[in-house]
Amino acid sequence: MKALLLRDLRLAFRSGGGFGLGLAFFFLLSVLVPLGVGPEGGTLGRIAPGILWVGALLACLLSLDRIFALDHEDGSLDLLATAPIPLEAVVAVKALAHWLVTGLPLTLIAPGLAVFLNLPSGGYPWLVVSLVLGTPALSMIGAFGAALTVGLRRGGLLLSLLVLPLYVPTLIFGGEVVRRGAEGMALGTPLALLAAISLGAAALLPFAAASAIRVNLR
Amino acid sequence: MLKLDDLAVARGGVTVLRGLTLRVASGEALILRGPNGAGKTTLLRTLAGLQPPAGGAFDLSPDTVAYAAHADGLKSTLTVAENLEFWSRIYGGPGIHAALAALDLTALVRRRAGELSAGQKRRLGLARLLVTGRPVWLLDEPTVSLDVASVALFAAAVRAHLAHGGLAVIATHVDLGLPEAQVLDLEPHRARVIQNTGFDEAFA
Repeated sequence: MKALLLRDLRLAFRSGGGFGLGLAFFFLLSVLVPLGVGPEGGTLGRIAPGILWVGALLACLLSLDRIFALDHEDGSLDLLATAPIPLEAVVAVKALAHWLVTGLPLTLIAPGLAVFLNLPSGGYPWLVVSLVLGTPALSMIGAFGAALTVGLRRGGLLLSLLVLPLYVPTLIFGGEVVRRGAEGMALGTPLALLAAISLGAAALLPFAAASAIRVNLR
Repeated sequence: MLKLDDLAVARGGVTVLRGLTLRVASGEALILRGPNGAGKTTLLRTLAGLQPPAGGAFDLSPDTVAYAAHADGLKSTLTVAENLEFWSRIYGGPGIHAALAALDLTALVRRRAGELSAGQKRRLGLARLLVTGRPVWLLDEPTVSLDVASVALFAAAVRAHLAHGGLAVIATHVDLGLPEAQVLDLEPHRARVIQNTGFDEAFA
């Protein structure tokens, strides 16, 4: 399993691996929104939590279809399915690798980009906390969506349609944590729910995704 | 040892082969012959555990199988050594050096898989079998794009595998010169295609 994680990370960082694509998208979005909305600090600060979370979510979505599609194309998914590690573990490891190359870097650069959006100072720590807790759910749900659409030609669009509605709870609670943090309100409830979504996704979706892959490989 | 008992296999919900009953002992090879579309790949995928049989049964634990499909499962941005090392670690099998030597890839270890020729890629794909350490090999047209010398290397690797008590099921049209090889012609086992008589059938 460690071998699989290392391979996926190595592939992501090699040429054409797509590392940085999501980050660049997130960066551009955070720069473009203030240009579009205008320099008025109050408006920007109010919409900043939502924009940052939507940006993180879309950046995550960009690289989802690579999780299984590339392995399916070159035949290694068939070989992994007959390998001694269970397919559930393959899914979990691949989702983890996806998080390490998208979710984690997004979390790390988000405070810097929040400056562009004039996020109130109380929101910064909570932005990082909410992304740390929420982005694993994005990767895991995304891996499930990728497993459902593996083997479909041009499955990327269908994948977005399938996955985006499932991202709604994460987006709502993640944005809410940052908004409440920025305004100095109590935020225990959305934070707990955000963590619950991530943990629930990590516990259940590897099994769902593995059965979807088994059906798709037949 | 591999046992098929009245096995039927289906592709896309349509039964393509039925009534397959045979036994292959350890140290033996089974050669599958049949025209394109006869169901060789479907049979191998069923034996590999990638799809359930349409009927009958076979006795083969998924933990003993190494499957080599048409696609080699190589990552073009990884080197030859990295590709092989990955599968070796996944299977926890023997190291990669013997496999590299057996298929004459030692000179290419630092080359990226994307820069190899079709035949070299194929040899790397077959070298993967040697690092799995699995006793049963399921090979789907393993000699495609191999030249005569490479076919000989591959045949030698299969013979060594069989000599160590391994077993191989090979879909191929090339004579590998294997001792103790059973040939299974799939033609008599093909399930007759039911002609669609008209679209009323959907409502019948």
